[in-house]
Amino acid sequence: MTLSNSNSPLARREALDDRLEQLRRMIEIRFVEERIQKLFAEGHVRGSTHLASGQEGVSVGIARSIDPDDIVTCTYRGHGHALALGLTPAGVIGEICGRVIGCAGGVGGSMHLVEPAIGLLPTAAIIGAGLPIACGAALAARARGTDRVAVAIFGDGSANIGAFHESLNFAAIQKLPVVFVCENNLYGEYTRIQLSTPVEDIAIRAASYNMPGVIVDGQDADKVAEAMATAVARARRGEGPSLVEMKTYRYSGHSRSDPATYRPAGELDAWLKRDPIDIFAERLTAETLLAAGGLDSLKTEVREAVETATAEVLDSPAPELGEIMAHVGAYSAGGDQRHLFWSN
Amino acid sequence: MTEDPTVIMMGEDIAAAGGPFKVTEGLLAVHGPQRVIDTPISEMAFMGAAVGAAVCGLKPIVEMMFIEFIGVALDQLTTQAATMRYLSRGKLTTPLVVRASAGAGQGFGCQHSQMLDHWFRGTPGLKVCVTSNARTTYGLLRSAIEDPDPVVVLEPRILYAEREEYEFDSSYRISLGRAEIVKAGKDATLLACGAMVRVAKEAAENSSADIEVIDMLTLWPWDRDTIMESVSRTGRLVTLEEATAGNGWGAEVVSSVAVEAFGSLKAPPHRITLPDAPVPYSGKLEARFLPSAAYVAEQVSALVSTNKTPMPWWRNAA
Ligand SMILES: Cc1ncc(C[n+]2csc(CCOP(=O)(O)OP(=O)(O)O)c2C)c(N)n1
Repeated sequence: MTLSNSNSPLARREALDDRLEQLRRMIEIRFVEERIQKLFAEGHVRGSTHLASGQEGVSVGIARSIDPDDIVTCTYRGHGHALALGLTPAGVIGEICGRVIGCAGGVGGSMHLVEPAIGLLPTAAIIGAGLPIACGAALAARARGTDRVAVAIFGDGSANIGAFHESLNFAAIQKLPVVFVCENNLYGEYTRIQLSTPVEDIAIRAASYNMPGVIVDGQDADKVAEAMATAVARARRGEGPSLVEMKTYRYSGHSRSDPATYRPAGELDAWLKRDPIDIFAERLTAETLLAAGGLDSLKTEVREAVETATAEVLDSPAPELGEIMAHVGAYSAGGDQRHLFWSN
Repeated sequence: MTEDPTVIMMGEDIAAAGGPFKVTEGLLAVHGPQRVIDTPISEMAFMGAAVGAAVCGLKPIVEMMFIEFIGVALDQLTTQAATMRYLSRGKLTTPLVVRASAGAGQGFGCQHSQMLDHWFRGTPGLKVCVTSNARTTYGLLRSAIEDPDPVVVLEPRILYAEREEYEFDSSYRISLGRAEIVKAGKDATLLACGAMVRVAKEAAENSSADIEVIDMLTLWPWDRDTIMESVSRTGRLVTLEEATAGNGWGAEVVSSVAVEAFGSLKAPPHRITLPDAPVPYSGKLEARFLPSAAYVAEQVSALVSTNKTPMPWWRNAA
């Protein structure tokens, strides 16, 4: 198996063209999150983390269907998206452990992952914050004469916030190259969607804003990629935004302190039967890309890689005190970095 | 809620789940879903609904979970609720309480660790309190609920994990706008609020100087009388803020003291604050970012012994 284990986010992103790498990346996301949970128990992680186990198909499906210089905004539940887009396990685990090796140098934490080299803006801890920012990225792309698109990833609960409605309206009126991706995992914190949202499908809200609204099986990375490709192509052609709803499920509770006792009995088990990694592995087997025993050896290999990354993180120091003031504003280092996304 | 049927509560996951911090646990069972209301993630809608309900006869308590979340609903509080009395020439009031967790120290990262009291202090028409333990939370909340105007009550989230026995006397109140002397002293007046109160107390205990510690309790309107009286006795003023230096509440207090009690000062007033930066995540950084009791003791002792303001640690850090 010749799979990219590169430490460059861009190379990792490019490697996603390979189908085995797509499977490998989903496994990586799952294992990195498992490791983060363990690091929590071991006392290396502060605050909270929001795992996305079960949603790996969405992450990888999105990442493989957009270009590295497309812009992505996403939420605190962003470990999977960040890894899929190309962030390294050490960059993600390191940030969550508050070490300099982390993608934000350890000052951001679990809810604030970032990597401009692959278009990932800092993930936001405020619900809905990423949608208007994605509209702005799309405005910039158009104004600068590129055919870049912006992708805003958010949850079903977020579709009840003003920023969702205003952004969809604004993007539609302006025909902005944005793809709004709703990860409908049925819950917002401890509340089931039926108790917070009067419609079952978020996608139907697209009708109010005169844009396509599609419902996708988020457990199937190929279906995710297909729907994304359609929406992205439409955006690149200048035909405007789309709302793409991924039906998916988070296996864990909302955050580390949530045992998810509010879920009806049997629901988790039913979803576990449609695990995105299993579904994709079966597909690759059918395509004869994955040999018998291939999945197991892939898992072993990824587990080792995640352990290596974890060791690297635990060897990495905490940031120096000077980092507190290093990038605050006009007086800090680096000058104007606006053009970074468009320089190539 | 038991005494006054017009009191209602609204917020995300506060009813069935008992609140993400369990600050509303059990209320649904007692008061029912008409009065303890789980909302969608629609802060603008329920903050604004609270304003409408308040004007029309209820006393809503809005639970914002993390105070940062009010950002998406700020208009309803700072521009609508806060101007209702003024624009109706006193014919309409908005008895509304916003309660939220605030402050740093738990590794929640910069968007879940701020105090943000200055957003509200800067808005005429709003009152702003910060609680420092179970007793002050009870006393301030009772007064806030009874107040005819909008009150923001900030609760240091770092204290939620702690437990304290407190015998509730339902007639107990802390008047809004009143500070409390929590430790008497004669060399300097140390003002603090919220989680910084216990830091101040510990610092006072570990300082060679005899420090008076005052819990501000209400940041707007603040207790001029108690503070002016204390400073004129001690001759020295130190504010200990869990807020960035720029526009912190200490700036308001220090400027007022400089104007009104200049003659009684033996030393320049001194502000201990956070540096003007977002709250860092990494444990070592966040621990240094927040004033520790040892640091506060050192700063206050230096002021008392030299009558000169010591430099903050971050001046030399970068
Ligand atoms: C403006 C705002 N309100 C409330 C919160 C608290 N909060 C964090 S996650 C969450 C639930 C989000 O649910 P959803 O959008 O469905 O995303 P999911 O967590 O399921 O991925 C809430 C209410 C927040 N971060 N920001």
